[in-house]
Amino acid sequence: MYAWIWNHLPGPPAARATISLALLAAAVLLLFLVVFPWAVTWLPGQDVSVEAP
Amino acid sequence: MHVSRRGDRLRAVIGVVGELLITAGVVVGLFAAYTLFWTGVETQNVQNELEDDFAALSSGDVTGNDERSNGSDADQAEAQEEPVAEPFPGDAFARLRIPRLGESWSWIVVSGIDLGSLTKGPGHYPDSADPGVVGNFAVAGHRATYGEPFAYIDQLQRGDEILVEHQGKEYRYVVTESFITVPSNTGVLLPTPGQPGVAPTQAVITLTTCHPRWGSTERLIVHGTLTGATRVRGDS
Repeated sequence: MYAWIWNHLPGPPAARATISLALLAAAVLLLFLVVFPWAVTWLPGQDVSVEAP
Repeated sequence: MHVSRRGDRLRAVIGVVGELLITAGVVVGLFAAYTLFWTGVETQNVQNELEDDFAALSSGDVTGNDERSNGSDADQAEAQEEPVAEPFPGDAFARLRIPRLGESWSWIVVSGIDLGSLTKGPGHYPDSADPGVVGNFAVAGHRATYGEPFAYIDQLQRGDEILVEHQGKEYRYVVTESFITVPSNTGVLLPTPGQPGVAPTQAVITLTTCHPRWGSTERLIVHGTLTGATRVRGDS
């Protein structure tokens, strides 16, 4: 999979490496800013108040 | 020939599955780092901003009000008498200090107990009393993640101080009891905790958080009563 992506990136190896890092950074940002804040609400321990059922 | 091509395909499929599994492992690891570490960093950043907001609030410079009155005495007296409206959810509301949890243990309590507000710090139950007045001043806070303000409130003992700064005064509450209860026990929020219909005669404080620390099957409750108040700032 990653080999496939690498092979389909344009340019010389240095450019591919740069693009790869950018893609990785984008993926991590997406996780931290969108996916994880959503996922964390499903963890137990997030309910700290008492409320009527 | 045929066999070896099938073997290649199998190898490729296994390779992709392996890469996906490794990726999933890395994502789970990142999620753990986010939950245990990054939420705390974010909350601390927000707390630093709230600290400034709270300082402005306390010095009478109400946030969102750009009109500076030129301060005739009558104006100021009127402004002080006017009941300050409950701030918007997530706004700085009070400062909470519990010496038992460390001299540097200090949190800005925000208004509201919705999920978003509680990521900023402990939250004031909007329908509960203000600090210092007769009734029940109730605060919810995270026990794990988001800076875990209430992580160790299980260590509070009877007689421990809970200090609440609000509108220029510091109210000194003393812990009276702590216990574990069910999540639906809203009786702890009543003006006289646990006694429906009984008119309050004293000012009490209630802290709620999850129990066990990383779970949410129960709630940990700490009650205290007001024993005194001091003015923290002479200026108005």
